[in-house]
Amino acid sequence: MEAMSVTFARTVDDACAALAEHPGALLLAGGTDLMVGVNRGQVRFADVVVLDRVDELRGWRREGDEIVLGAGLTYAEMGRGELPALVPALAQASRTVGSPQIRNAGTLGGNVATSSPAGDTLPVLAALDATIDLRSAQGARRLAIGEFVTGVKQNALEPGELIEAVRVPVLDGPQEFLKVGTRNAMVISVVSLALVVDRSGRNVRVGLGSVSPVPLRPADAEAHIAGCIDWDTGSAPDAAAVHRFAALVAGAARPIDDHRGTAAYRSHAVGVLARRALLRAFPGGAS
Amino acid sequence: MTDVRIDETRTSERAPRIGESAPRPDGIPKVDGSFTFSSDLWHDRMLWGGTLRSPHPSARIRSIDIGPAVAVTGVHAVLTAADVPGNPAYGLEHADQPVLAADVVRYEGEPVAIVAADHPEAVRLALEAIVVDYESTVPLVDPGAAESSDPIHPDGNLIRRIHLRHGDQDVVGEVVVEGTYEVGMQDQAFLGPESGLAVPAEDGGVDLFIATQWLHVDRDQVAACLGLAPELVRLTLAGVGGAFGAREDLSLHAHLCLLALHTRRPVKMVYSREESFHGHVHRHPARMWYRHHADRAGNLLRVEARLLLDGGAYASSSGAVIANATCFAAGPYRIPSADIEGVVVRTNNPPCGAMRGFGAVQTCIGHEAQMDRLAAALDMDPVELRMRNVLASGDRLLTGQVITGTAPVAEVLRTCADHPSAAALSEDPMSLPGGAGRTADPEHVHRGEAIALGFKNLLFSEGFDDFSSALCRLEDGIATITCACAEVGQGFVTLAQQITREVLGVDDVVLTPASTATVGSAGSTSASRQTWMSGGAVQAACEEVRTTLLTRVAAEHGVDPDELVMADGRVMSLAGALDIDLASVTTEPVEADVEFHHAPTSPLDEYGQGDAHVSFAFSAHRAIVDVDRDLGLVKVVELTTSQDVGRVLNPLQAVGQLEGGAAQGVGLAVMEEVQVLDGRIRNASFTDYLVPTALDMPPVEIAALIEEPEPGAPFGAKGIGEPPSISSTAAVVAAIRAATDLELAHVPVRPTDIALAGA
Ligand SMILES: Cc1cc2nc3c(=O)[nH]c(=O)nc-3n(C[C@H](O)[C@H](O)[C@H](O)COP(=O)(O)OP(=O)(O)OC[C@H]3O[C@@H](n4cnc5c(N)ncnc54)[C@H](O)[C@@H]3O)c2cc1C
Repeated sequence: MEAMSVTFARTVDDACAALAEHPGALLLAGGTDLMVGVNRGQVRFADVVVLDRVDELRGWRREGDEIVLGAGLTYAEMGRGELPALVPALAQASRTVGSPQIRNAGTLGGNVATSSPAGDTLPVLAALDATIDLRSAQGARRLAIGEFVTGVKQNALEPGELIEAVRVPVLDGPQEFLKVGTRNAMVISVVSLALVVDRSGRNVRVGLGSVSPVPLRPADAEAHIAGCIDWDTGSAPDAAAVHRFAALVAGAARPIDDHRGTAAYRSHAVGVLARRALLRAFPGGAS
Repeated sequence: MTDVRIDETRTSERAPRIGESAPRPDGIPKVDGSFTFSSDLWHDRMLWGGTLRSPHPSARIRSIDIGPAVAVTGVHAVLTAADVPGNPAYGLEHADQPVLAADVVRYEGEPVAIVAADHPEAVRLALEAIVVDYESTVPLVDPGAAESSDPIHPDGNLIRRIHLRHGDQDVVGEVVVEGTYEVGMQDQAFLGPESGLAVPAEDGGVDLFIATQWLHVDRDQVAACLGLAPELVRLTLAGVGGAFGAREDLSLHAHLCLLALHTRRPVKMVYSREESFHGHVHRHPARMWYRHHADRAGNLLRVEARLLLDGGAYASSSGAVIANATCFAAGPYRIPSADIEGVVVRTNNPPCGAMRGFGAVQTCIGHEAQMDRLAAALDMDPVELRMRNVLASGDRLLTGQVITGTAPVAEVLRTCADHPSAAALSEDPMSLPGGAGRTADPEHVHRGEAIALGFKNLLFSEGFDDFSSALCRLEDGIATITCACAEVGQGFVTLAQQITREVLGVDDVVLTPASTATVGSAGSTSASRQTWMSGGAVQAACEEVRTTLLTRVAAEHGVDPDELVMADGRVMSLAGALDIDLASVTTEPVEADVEFHHAPTSPLDEYGQGDAHVSFAFSAHRAIVDVDRDLGLVKVVELTTSQDVGRVLNPLQAVGQLEGGAAQGVGLAVMEEVQVLDGRIRNASFTDYLVPTALDMPPVEIAALIEEPEPGAPFGAKGIGEPPSISSTAAVVAAIRAATDLELAHVPVRPTDIALAGA
């Protein structure tokens, strides 16, 4: 048996160098996805690059109208301090993840890199039009979240590359994240929805989770509702507009039947979530 | 001798007697991580074991080639059915389950080969290297088709049919209600997966350290499979991480012993969570049809029922489960006429067997739904309808048996129903249906409330003499108790000490490790029986020691033994003349070795009639639920219970049993189901087999513990472990029905059953 190498990176450069030196090495952040696979014998590897000691990945900063979220931010960290006021949907989504232990260990970068249809930050990042900063020994590049996630647990990450940060805008408007699971906490999403309002851009953006291989943006629903809102007064859309919005969201979903729920239920539920999220964002509207 | 140590349980402060709360000695260690579970066992020379399992629910095995596995570095043994020296099969009721499958596999996950190697990784590689040539066959997965299908086992597809007929068969009620109900397969979901350590002994035998529910019956089955005399197979209880019925059957026991005897090395095995779902029996899924007849005043006249349980591939304890389901099918009500057919069949689904509530859980879901239907048809309050029909001591069951013990059913129901409710609608989104998912606002919530009543037998039934044995030794003022009762979390370790202190008036009580090597059988830790049976054995052993000692002391001092008492570590005469330190009169030990038997029962006859049961316990639950109808999500807001307990021996533990049992009941009501499709489990993990979290389980309000001492039971105490799991599910499901106006025939209730009910 070949020896296994474990690199405890201290900087992003360290980590990139280690990845270049050990092609095929696996990145280990919180381990809450990776170790499940290892324990089940599904993930096997010879070399590991450990990221949780890389300070550069652990914080967040504001750059103008953008928030730069380090890949190593944990769910617990995304739910405290000033972040919840700046990116409310991300904090809400973080609170729905796992248990306190998982939220203390699991990271944003790990969720994005896992690229699961049920990853709870992904609909939020989709709705926010987030971009992903990637780094390797060769350099850096930036991808839109929609370019990054390419399929069920598939993404554009190249060998030797890691996620350094996720960039999201600071928007003027309410944000909502709702997630349906068969248990009241610590549950994988059966369907989820993020809705963000951008008053200055005069649009409502929606990200759907667990209803297609990649996080989905229901473009027709977004276009429809943007046109039904009086952006000058911010008044709530009427009942018919809300109804149609929910129907368009449900219609955009491409869910499957599995052991967590049926396609029919998912389509139905995502419509309910759409309606509720919209009415929370525009209270006083039709209910 | 082995290097493996199982600690004894010891206390010596002025410790709790009967009726006082005794904290568990293993409580804090289990929370802080210092408790030694069976999976923590270690031996310096040990090998690791592993199991190759069938990927098919039904297949013929054409050949098995172990050659490539034997060649893996570090592998010490690869064994198949051909290496089983004794009985090729085992089982609780019928020896129908192969130790290792020989030429057919009958369920997904059935063990086919076992491996021992010097490292878990070598075990994994060896298991992957075994080449099994399967010819997959169409699995029998519909229990409804089992009897008319070709037998999938030489014993046939019918495991047991009971056709109970009671009273006048021509009765027809003025009001008749009919319903069909379905219960999914529940898992016991204990936290400590199957694990153990087998150590080969000098005498050709083997010592097995194992988490189990019944050491002696395991030993007998394992010894038969090994072809060894039972004395050569010694089982000692290792730290148990929950059981709930899932450890009543053998799992890795025989495999470990085979590997240890073959390699002459200690062998340890620990199942993974996924493997555990395949490695033990589950609660039987049920299909139930009911027809209830009553007169206009609401008196029950007759119940008809057809119960079909899916036993899965092997019999396990299915025969006893269907007997319970049949006997208790109509609930704790006075009913003069009945026709109940209970059938349990064999299929290629995962094997089912014992789980807390044992057949009475499924039927409680059915009979209580029927009572609510009947109340609606009569336009009567559901509690009043039940009150009108509840059983009482002296009444006859559907089996013709007259209840001679206590049956405070009316009190149980009344106290539960009358208990005030504290449940207000919460403003906290976490407390609404959907919880942390933030899906509901208060205006989306519909509240429902309902009550359910249930019962079952205590101890084994149908003529089974499930005795228990205990040794008591009093020396230097210290009492030592030896009993093979498996402590699986029910609290025997504290009770045995409390009973000993109560009888002998001592504080220092040592409970030695439970083992087949030191004492006779204690029977199973199941059927809510250990407090009664092993508690009774300990009480009897202590009383015998007391009598022997007092007789001796009385003779030495020329007093009447009836004048003497034991208290506070002293022997005293009632008149006060004599007051001796206990230690000084027990330098020479006083010992007793007793077997404790319950009153005999008889088998059921061909009409399902007979005095088959020893005693009964009753419980009621009232559930309040909030339901988000659009999404089909449920929050159980409050659960109130009353229970017939005979007498409370340890209040702290009694509450623990009531809460824990209700949590399993809530789980079955709203989320716990092993999903089986075409014979395959789709959710064999805690990611997808969901059990309630703190946000799903409400506080349990105990309205009343009804204390009417049960004749024949030690201190009058009834077993209390199972009833909390029986009426809780039925109450929660009924409350969801009340909140949604839906029939909800399937349990657990799934979000889609509510949200898409109209679709
Ligand atoms: C009990 C439990 C409950 C859970 N509940 C939820 C839930 O509710 N919602 C949810 O979305 N998820 C859930 N998860 C999954 C998991 O917690 C999340 O996906 C988490 O975000 C993964 O992050 P991590 O830091 O633990 O990643 P790791 O497990 O360390 O890594 C996961 C993958 O990402 C890669 N990776 C990690 N960091 C980087 C990086 N910077 N650049 C490139 N690749 C990287 C790793 O190589 C690996 O392939 C749960 C997991 C468990 C065990």
